[in-house]
Amino acid sequence: MEPVSPTIPRKQRLATVWLAGCSGCHMSFLDLDEWLLELAQQADIVYSPVACDRKDYPAAVDICLVEGGVGNTDNLVLIQQVRANTTVLVSFGDCAVTANIPGMRNMLEGADPVLRRAYLELADGSGQRPHAPGIVPELLERVLPVHEVVPVDVYLPGCPPSASRIRAVVEPLLRGEWPELSGPDLIRFG
Amino acid sequence: MKACLRVCTAASCRSRGGASLQHSLSEAVARAGLEHGLRVKGVGCLGPCSDGPLLAMDADPKAQTQLYGSIPVADGAQLVASLMEAAAQHTLAHWCPAGGLRIDLNHPFFQLQRRLVLEHCGQIDPTSIEEALAAGAYRQLERVLQNNNPAAVIEQVRRSGLRGRGGAGYPTGLKWAAVAQMPGTEKVVVCNADEGDPGAFMDRTVLEGDPHTVLEGMAIAAHTVGASRGLIYVRAEYPLAIARLRTAIAAAQGHGWLGTAIAGSRCNFDVELRVGAGAYVCGEETALMQSIEGKRGMPRPRPPYPAERGVFGLPTLINNVETFANLPALLRLGLETYGRGTKVFSLTGHVRRSGVIEVPMGTSLRTVVETMGGGTPAGRSIKAVQTGGPSGGCVPAHQLDTPVDYESLQSLGTIMGSGGMVVMDDTTDMVDIARFFMAFSREESCGKCVPCRAGTVQLDNLLEQILDRRATPEDLEQLESLCRMVKDTSLCGLGQGAPRPVLSTLRHFRDDYLALVPVETRR
Amino acid sequence: MNLYSLRIDDHDVAIAADSTVLQAAQEASIAIPTLCFLEGLSAVAACRMCLVEVSGNDTLLPACITPVQEGMQVHTATPRLQDIRRTLIELLFTEGNHVCGICVANGHCELQNLAVEVGMDHSRLPYRFPDRHVDLSHPLFGMDHNRCVLCTRCVRVCDEVEGAHVWDVGWRGEHCRIIAGLEEPWGAVEACTHCGKCVEVCPTGALFHRGDTTDEKHSDPARLQALMQARQQQRWNP
Repeated sequence: MEPVSPTIPRKQRLATVWLAGCSGCHMSFLDLDEWLLELAQQADIVYSPVACDRKDYPAAVDICLVEGGVGNTDNLVLIQQVRANTTVLVSFGDCAVTANIPGMRNMLEGADPVLRRAYLELADGSGQRPHAPGIVPELLERVLPVHEVVPVDVYLPGCPPSASRIRAVVEPLLRGEWPELSGPDLIRFG
Repeated sequence: MKACLRVCTAASCRSRGGASLQHSLSEAVARAGLEHGLRVKGVGCLGPCSDGPLLAMDADPKAQTQLYGSIPVADGAQLVASLMEAAAQHTLAHWCPAGGLRIDLNHPFFQLQRRLVLEHCGQIDPTSIEEALAAGAYRQLERVLQNNNPAAVIEQVRRSGLRGRGGAGYPTGLKWAAVAQMPGTEKVVVCNADEGDPGAFMDRTVLEGDPHTVLEGMAIAAHTVGASRGLIYVRAEYPLAIARLRTAIAAAQGHGWLGTAIAGSRCNFDVELRVGAGAYVCGEETALMQSIEGKRGMPRPRPPYPAERGVFGLPTLINNVETFANLPALLRLGLETYGRGTKVFSLTGHVRRSGVIEVPMGTSLRTVVETMGGGTPAGRSIKAVQTGGPSGGCVPAHQLDTPVDYESLQSLGTIMGSGGMVVMDDTTDMVDIARFFMAFSREESCGKCVPCRAGTVQLDNLLEQILDRRATPEDLEQLESLCRMVKDTSLCGLGQGAPRPVLSTLRHFRDDYLALVPVETRR
Repeated sequence: MNLYSLRIDDHDVAIAADSTVLQAAQEASIAIPTLCFLEGLSAVAACRMCLVEVSGNDTLLPACITPVQEGMQVHTATPRLQDIRRTLIELLFTEGNHVCGICVANGHCELQNLAVEVGMDHSRLPYRFPDRHVDLSHPLFGMDHNRCVLCTRCVRVCDEVEGAHVWDVGWRGEHCRIIAGLEEPWGAVEACTHCGKCVEVCPTGALFHRGDTTDEKHSDPARLQALMQARQQQRWNP
């Protein structure tokens, strides 16, 4: 994809998305503290679990930070909407980049053994499998990193990425530049 | 009448009842009281395995040797009776056992062979040292011991251009010289009989059919480099070869061709067997040596080369079965007659006549596969010939005129390897073939170095993805770059060679891959 | 002492003739990444991180075991080598279960550091999520096979330095794993002296002190080198 043109005068349309993750990356996003005010001047936050009330992913988003791996059917639908409607997709945090902690269930090889383990084997006696089609999304067989499902433009690792690391990515993107990420402060996992 | 029936009892014919054929024939001959006129003996491989079980008949006087295939093994008595009847009616020349077929010995399959390594294979009873001695076994060893001029032997080996027949093709003379010049009297000669490539059974054939030639080659080498201890590392999957070797070693010791003061000389040399435990990587020389020492069979980096520090830390000469088996012929014939030597191949796959053949070095693949092997079974055309096993590659049909020698095959992206030659017809999916070999390397990786241990798994998974039509053009790119990475960075030949079946099929049969990658590709 | 002079990247180095390329690079303050190598233990050249290019040689050579030669020209960080190293690290990350965020060695892990060094911001190869186990049978230490990179430092330190040979490698290929004793629970292996050297040299969080939680494991391989030096010079109170 082409880099965002630096000459665009309008406010950027920014989104953040929360898939299979602990929301820690979003907490870290909120740790941007007063810079969030600057951000609000430079960008419209058009979709976000922590900064916007909108329920459906909008069209024509410039930058989207995606937290979490792709772990259930809702995640899968959403990430495809995100990819189709976003210019720069940022894989935001270790769960998005590596599947990380949600991905640990992949060692049990499949959704069924995971549900059995969680709701029956580890239950206190009266365990039962949740089954509410259309209400509770079905687990995918495996939790996948975002880039194994859709193409990703920028990787922002960290568990969670620190506020300064998030800023180091978002700031240049708002200017229409690609962030240059290297070194322990910017790309260390964990 | 006086005649000899030679029954192939080597692995392939044995699996089709060769041993019971020998047994029932011997019984029938004994019951008919014909032992003095009709001899029955078990021999090593007679060549065209696809027509087994095989039976050769040498009739005396001066009738031409006949070869019969597909012999029904059940009724030896009937076979002997019909043979006696034919002899009585003087129609032996046209006799053929009922239900069997007569094999034309003038066929190029036989006529274009040059049997140096396999000269006695199929002729002599491999369990009899007397027969081996009568055929000339140990005579070159005797001569070498009498002349007692190791430098001259090394020079002759060097000038013959003999190269390692196990796959890597290292010049044998150089290797011998390196071990010979090491100081000290404790050195070891190791014979690598851990033949493990799928579709390769040359060494097995030699060991089952003529073990004494290998022992003689080892003893010549031992005297030449100054070693007194010999080890044969043979895979456990070759029980018959192991049995034949045990018999042969005991007999050679009994006749004074192994042991102390061989043939009255000051040369001492004894040979022990070491049986592998089923790991392909133990065919790699440094892993093989570790395994001999009782350690985990994992390759170690070279240098130090085995010549400097090999088995038990001693200078070690390690050669393949076929390399050692070349020695007696080379010394007997002399440089000029020996020429460029030969290569033994096991010809298998989609070919009319499969089996073990020995051809002059430089024979074209087309000659081997089409003229000698008879091409593919009816109606199909050849797509490729695979050489070199899991470390080798495929030669496409239009390049079959390539001569089989080390350089020509290498320039096509494959290797001579140990001599497995698998013919594939136009129904073959080359991606499937590449996956087969990658799955093999994945399974056989020892796990020591990262690129081979983890890289072969990723490559195998990528190939599976391609075969399942789940791959994108990017995946194909990744396959190719990861192949190059594993080839360039792996520690030993197994890892370095593992990507070759993929790279070679990508080079010659890229369309097979592209056909499996869906058109709408962006995920 | 016989000296060889060689050129590594842009530096001229003169070093004892029995040195390795890695030692020569260290002499010239050129950092070649390593993982299985650890000073004080035998070199096995298994991780392939230290492969370098040598002019006039087609094959890549592992710096940790390649002897220096007079006039050698070594290149330690060509784009080809950089891509190889990143791929190696990706292969290691994807073959195990390396969840840095909850690891005892987080922040002090050689694998994690190498990922930064090779610029791995994500893996281009898919994660495999193998089913591996954790051995907590030992009273003092634990072994989490999910985090093991099979560098065999623990195997070597226990055999070569402690002389107990508690560890070895079992199985083969992708099924390889470090085994205690004859594939017993670590705690059941009587040969173990509880010395903790294996924990000390482990580059990741695979071997750890029980009770260590996230970020708490600080390995110090320098202590091994101090021990080796003390043994060599018979000086125990520096």
